[in-house]
Amino acid sequence: MLLGRVIGTVVPCVVYEGLEGVPMLLVQPLDKRGTPAGGAIVAADSTGMAGPGELIYYEASREAALALRKTFVPVDHAIVGIVDGVQRDGGEIEP
Amino acid sequence: MILGIVRGTVYSTINHPFYDNRKLLLVDRIRPDGSDEGGYLIAVDSVDAGVGETVLMIDEGNSARQVVDDPEAPLRSVIIGIVDDIRVGS
Repeated sequence: MLLGRVIGTVVPCVVYEGLEGVPMLLVQPLDKRGTPAGGAIVAADSTGMAGPGELIYYEASREAALALRKTFVPVDHAIVGIVDGVQRDGGEIEP
Repeated sequence: MILGIVRGTVYSTINHPFYDNRKLLLVDRIRPDGSDEGGYLIAVDSVDAGVGETVLMIDEGNSARQVVDDPEAPLRSVIIGIVDDIRVGS
């Protein structure tokens, strides 16, 4: 898993079968210090509770789809948790 | 498998049910000589690793599901060993 910051929501009007009602969020991937790294991605939210501004961790590849209610769906990034805190040497990352 | 050094812990209460009560560690990836490689992973701990330890981890789903003994686990990154020593060359 990697850390990310939710920076927005995506509302699709047509989705592949199985993805109806799955929340899609815009996520900015973060490096190990919590600074933005690379381009934003769209991730399905398996917690159903993440929102803009929150620090999350997400899983990529086939395992992302396994986090959703229907597991055989075309999804390659899924939020699997909302971060309360990250404790690391040399400072914490703001949740 | 990937070498890393455990640098911290990630706490979370709202998460996918699979991650309830699982220890998540922040692991920096390292080169064989111990220097920082730049990347990192958040991994589930299966060997009771702690901060500062050099660990062996996998970032591949099938092996991860095998480690946690759950064919439906939405998981790819697992710490599967603690490293005592790395020798490059003879």
